[in-house]
Amino acid sequence: MKIVVTVKQVPDPNSTAVLEADNTLSREKEVVLDPGDECGIEEGLQLKEAHGGEVILLSMGPERAKDAIRKGLSMGADRGILVTDPNLAGADALLTARVLAAAIKPEAPDLVICATESYDGSTGMVPPMLAELLGMPQLTVAKKVEIDGTTIKVHRQTADGYEVVEASTPALITVTAGIAEPRYASLKGIMAARSKEIKPLTLGDLGIERGEPAETIEGVAQAEVRKAGVIIEFDGTAVDRILQVLSEAKVV
Amino acid sequence: MPKIWVYAELSQAKLQPTALELMARARELGDVEAIALGTGAKAAGATLGKHGAKVVHVNEDKSFDDFIAEPATDALAALHQQGAPDLILFGFTADSRDVAGRLAARLGVGLISNAGDVDAKDGGFVAKVPYFGGAKVASMRANKKPAIILVRPKSFEPSETGGTAEIKDLVVTIGDDSKRARIVERVVEASEKVKLEDAKVVISGGRGMGGPDNFPLLEDLANALGGAVGASRAVVDAGWVPYSMQVGQTGKSVRPGVYIAVGISGAMQHTVGMKASKVIIAINKDAEAPIMKMADLGVVGDALKIVPALTAAVKAKKG
Repeated sequence: MKIVVTVKQVPDPNSTAVLEADNTLSREKEVVLDPGDECGIEEGLQLKEAHGGEVILLSMGPERAKDAIRKGLSMGADRGILVTDPNLAGADALLTARVLAAAIKPEAPDLVICATESYDGSTGMVPPMLAELLGMPQLTVAKKVEIDGTTIKVHRQTADGYEVVEASTPALITVTAGIAEPRYASLKGIMAARSKEIKPLTLGDLGIERGEPAETIEGVAQAEVRKAGVIIEFDGTAVDRILQVLSEAKVV
Repeated sequence: MPKIWVYAELSQAKLQPTALELMARARELGDVEAIALGTGAKAAGATLGKHGAKVVHVNEDKSFDDFIAEPATDALAALHQQGAPDLILFGFTADSRDVAGRLAARLGVGLISNAGDVDAKDGGFVAKVPYFGGAKVASMRANKKPAIILVRPKSFEPSETGGTAEIKDLVVTIGDDSKRARIVERVVEASEKVKLEDAKVVISGGRGMGGPDNFPLLEDLANALGGAVGASRAVVDAGWVPYSMQVGQTGKSVRPGVYIAVGISGAMQHTVGMKASKVIIAINKDAEAPIMKMADLGVVGDALKIVPALTAAVKAKKG
């Protein structure tokens, strides 16, 4: 079975973000493979181990996004594809989905795995758009995946439990971070990754023109700031201070 | 007047809260038509009318209940062919996200998600979206028609206007090629004592709780205060507690009287879901954590010592 996992390089969730003059998020800070994508890669590798086939990592981003792909290759994925183009800076969700769809189509995979949402944007809009553009059913927010021949079954997380959702492949799934504990790359894996292919593609290669953006940032204002409060050390009186606040709010 | 559609999400025949929240804002922006799909759509139509919908397009085909996103996308696309609205509003929920994304791609219009508010401006629509760690708010203009905007739950307060909607049958044939991702079973795992969204006090734990074994400390405090326990995305992702407890951008939005954040640093992912709380108390080892800057009271120290001490004091006070 042929599996494509979409991956993204994101600012390290543990570092501080920086805003550019044009109000786009700076990607110049430390960047890492999105932790959610590591789980998607792990799930892809486990499915390959159980059913055979190939795991391809696809990313869109600047040249250095190769590092993110390389990390996934060192975990055991077979090869990578990176779409890089100066015209993709600040791409919105629809353009991103169009680019990924164009890169995926020639591969004709049985399964596309995406994280439910990225760590930096956290809006989760690309996967359903991608499913539509690929003409695939979407099985979203999966915390468990089973494959039997051409039948795929997932446990789709809901507010109070889960739904069992079934479809035939080819299909697109989005997975939660809880689906699989990502493996560490072995030294052997890291060495092997160095010689694995990362195919470079441009917008021209994919026959895509950027077009007018679907949305424009008109302005950025300071968010409403909550009135600065009091910070105290946990000492002999701290509990009483908390009680006082609780009592003013009439909950005790 | 702009023509506005509200996608009135139904889940297991029940109208979801976001539908009426969206109605409250939509009717201020233009003429509102709501779309209700699946079992319970007609009954929902009457409620939507009371909340200001002039027309409600309904279809009670079972395929809307049983299949993810595609039948609903087909229905909206069919209705769109009969006349495009200026704006389509969706709630920023898992089910609505699935539909909105597919629809935006099919119509080729894109979308704006995670909005906290929507305004009509210069003949178009501008959404307010939390940005840059929530420290800023971006005004994003939708350039295409229809504008598709997804609004966070609890952004607006529902209220009745006492109107009556014209109920119209939405005529669409759902083909087999859209009946693909089938929901074959629904499993309920968690039955909360006090619903997180409705609780007057919410106590949420993050990584600073040290591990899942320490979450009962939060349960004890919640029981003493008659509240509910929530969690940050980090600990849900780590598998400490179920997703049903997640507060934040991709979890639940809460606005209780008191929110106690324990061992939570205060990433935007979390704070957008709780910053509308009336009073915020933060307990954290790190005085510099972002959550401390938005808390009415920040207590610097070891959560595992502070929480039990607080629980004992609350119990003593209540007698």
